[in-house]
Amino acid sequence: MKNLHLLLNPLNDENPITVQVLGICSALAVTVQMKPAIVMALSVTVVTAFSNLIISLGRNTIPPRIRIIIQLVVVAFLVIVVDQILKAYVYDVSKKLSVFVGLIITNCILMGRLEAFAMSNKPVESFLDGIGNGAGYGLILITLSFIRELFGSGSVLGYQLVPQSFYDHGYSDNGMMILPPMALITVGIIIWIQRGYNRKLIEK
Amino acid sequence: MENLFNLFIRNVFTENMIFAYFLGMCSYLAVSKTVKTSMGLGVAVIFVITVTVPVNWLLENYLLKEGALKWLGSSFADVDLSFLSFLLFIAVIAAIVQLIEMVVEKFAPALYNALGIFLPLIAVNCAVLGAALFMQEREYGSIAEATVYGFGAGFGWALAIVVLAAIREKLKYSDVPKPLRGLGLAFILTGLLAIAFMGFSGIKI
Repeated sequence: MKNLHLLLNPLNDENPITVQVLGICSALAVTVQMKPAIVMALSVTVVTAFSNLIISLGRNTIPPRIRIIIQLVVVAFLVIVVDQILKAYVYDVSKKLSVFVGLIITNCILMGRLEAFAMSNKPVESFLDGIGNGAGYGLILITLSFIRELFGSGSVLGYQLVPQSFYDHGYSDNGMMILPPMALITVGIIIWIQRGYNRKLIEK
Repeated sequence: MENLFNLFIRNVFTENMIFAYFLGMCSYLAVSKTVKTSMGLGVAVIFVITVTVPVNWLLENYLLKEGALKWLGSSFADVDLSFLSFLLFIAVIAAIVQLIEMVVEKFAPALYNALGIFLPLIAVNCAVLGAALFMQEREYGSIAEATVYGFGAGFGWALAIVVLAAIREKLKYSDVPKPLRGLGLAFILTGLLAIAFMGFSGIKI
């Protein structure tokens, strides 16, 4: 029961992006199209889950004074592995993500969860917490990239969704959705809607 | 000289870390409630980036890049250690942040308390590592360029956070729909600021 709670809580009540304000940079930058967003979400989930597991296993032996450096080294190691795998199997997506794969190291979700959860909880729970938070992050990423790709390019996952007849009658893609500012505004609106339904999240 | 000046202006306005690349958004959104604390964090970030980018530039060019180890002898000429760059960059950043944390705690305890968790979190501020990775990707030719780039990127970041904090201070008493208060509004404001900053991209220097 508690484990299920660990998995599901980050999807809504404690969503890393819209509630904890963690990991926003990459969420905005990689969401122009759905494919890179999905790859990014998976990579982050893998790195969060395993870094949580590793840090949790060593939580009693890590000296508190140098814990940040140790955490960063563990995370950097996992990110190098993910980066090499992406380069080997999905090179075009890896090119599109450019510096943002490397920036998973500094994705605040990782440090946030390591500090707030893995340092004081058992390995299995930490692993599940990592998966849950990765999924919460992925949920927002996929929603955002769906909206941006649909309205910005008229396609989803590369398949043309807006029929050609619309274009013939004068419909045109909203180029603004592809640009950075609309990503921010769209997230703002997603937060607005979420808090409209989930009123206990409203800030004073 | 003129080249360096251009680089600085470009990185503050048209290629602003926040408005064009969304780097360092987490602390940007979380600390921008008052101008005073955001100013403190802004200065800290400027300092950290201006120091770490040139240090990482040296690492990149004399240790990591393909052929960078030539100074060790011809047998090292085709060693490529670039897969290690994430690890080394982040280690340098973490070490320098730790150093700065100690200095701030000793000499400015008030600022230290105000920044709280966000000072150690500069180590994981994506703007700092992002600047190092952009430096690697864009292959700046000299250490002077790398330093100016770092300073410009940091300055642009600080400018952005102070502007947002100033607006949020004024908006504290306005009548905003309840679910939009706080984070949601900060996002939309940043979006509008980003649109404003896009206007700078028309400038030719």
